[in-house]
Amino acid sequence: MAILEVQNICKRFQQNEVLKGISFSLEEGRVLSVIGSSGSGKTTLLRCITGLETADSGKISVGGRVTFDSSRTEKLTKAEKRENQLCTGLVFQSFNLFPQYTVLRNVTLAKELLVKETCRAEKCGKAEQKARLAAVPEEAKRIIESVGLSDKLDSYPCELSGGQQQRVAIARALMLSPKVLCFDEPTSALDPEITGEVLAVIRKLAKEGRTMLIVTHEMGFAREVSGEVIFMHDGVIGEQGTPEEIFDHPKTARLQEFLSAALRA
Amino acid sequence: MFWNVTQSLLEGFGKTLEIFALTLLLALPLGLLLSFGSMSRFRPVKWLVKTFIWIIRGTPLMLQLIVIYYGPGLVGAWAQALEQSNFLVDWLASWSVFDRFVAVIVAFVINYSCYFSEIYRGGIESISRGQYEAGQVLGMTRTQVFFRVVLLQVVKRIVPPMSNEIITLVKDTSLARIIAVYEVIWAGQAFIKSDGLLWPLFYTGAFYLLFNGLLTIVFGRIEKKLDYFRG
Repeated sequence: MAILEVQNICKRFQQNEVLKGISFSLEEGRVLSVIGSSGSGKTTLLRCITGLETADSGKISVGGRVTFDSSRTEKLTKAEKRENQLCTGLVFQSFNLFPQYTVLRNVTLAKELLVKETCRAEKCGKAEQKARLAAVPEEAKRIIESVGLSDKLDSYPCELSGGQQQRVAIARALMLSPKVLCFDEPTSALDPEITGEVLAVIRKLAKEGRTMLIVTHEMGFAREVSGEVIFMHDGVIGEQGTPEEIFDHPKTARLQEFLSAALRA
Repeated sequence: MFWNVTQSLLEGFGKTLEIFALTLLLALPLGLLLSFGSMSRFRPVKWLVKTFIWIIRGTPLMLQLIVIYYGPGLVGAWAQALEQSNFLVDWLASWSVFDRFVAVIVAFVINYSCYFSEIYRGGIESISRGQYEAGQVLGMTRTQVFFRVVLLQVVKRIVPPMSNEIITLVKDTSLARIIAVYEVIWAGQAFIKSDGLLWPLFYTGAFYLLFNGLLTIVFGRIEKKLDYFRG
């Protein structure tokens, strides 16, 4: 049973058809990389899966839960929307940390709000809510430690390097334990010499068996870390297969062209 | 004589401060409401608010003061002169002149809400979409994102234009003189007629200057306090 199932997703912006029926699935504990030139639709696909864009048609389910279905007519409640949202996590290209909060607060904020709301929904007592809230910073510190930033708990984002900021962003996403963690070109905004520290964190997560969907320009990394690779071209899946199939034995001319251009760069 | 004048001007400046404080207190939240209106996705609201802001920002505050003070009485008198009775006419006929001070506050609040709303709008729209999206993918509601994530960043960005506008407000209170509200300018001017003295009018400048100096220090502190983050 696949943990992420994407069926026939289409999306257009005005006259521009960006996704022309994308279908694929991802098994639990596996890493899938999406490569392709700019404008091929890979970021839009990621945004549809994480709910930042609404696809025009198709169906998406995460862990058996249907998070999007264009044929659904009934309106979702706020709680349902939030639950759908929390099925996936997203790490942005430009980090998007909250500048006015410390590293620790960046990681705990959303979780604390979530705990408060679940407590309200379950009508649990003040003491119970307090106990649950008290557990949040502890958990956050563990996760921040796992991305190697224990000494930066009280720093503000502007005091961190790009690589450190992106690791905080990863910790922030992990805090809500999404079933599928998505990355939108996580190293494209970084200087080449510090992409390594971010990639190391993602590599570690892959080893731990976290299900991940990574849109990337780092061909070497995609090849090393993923179990499967999708090459997107012009809004469709051009080719799909294991890293060896994609990088060593590309079947289509499109992919061959893309790879030789990517290697030259 | 100097103490007499100072005392008299202080009394007038009390009124000046009253206009200033009341306007600020009411226009700050009202401006936020208007800025939401001008950013509304519901077109009619957006255009209504934008037209209103255009009219208020496009005409002199002095003229608005006069219209708000004399306008209702004029309409009331006109309706009375119609000599016919129906609900609308009776209602209009019941309009009379505002209290001077109330008219000043109404005009100032309307005028400054519009200016503040544009500053708020600029601040809110300058926050990158990524901040909203980051909040959304973390399962936060739109309201949570606004109050927990965006608001403080907006505040940081609008402190400089706000301090500018608020310092202008201090000086604009002198326009209340036009509908004979006794504030500091009038207090100074009164000495020309009563004692043939011109210097008390010049002296009023010191009061504005001192108060604005104080505000400048306060805003400097606020800016410094928000200096701990960038964004």
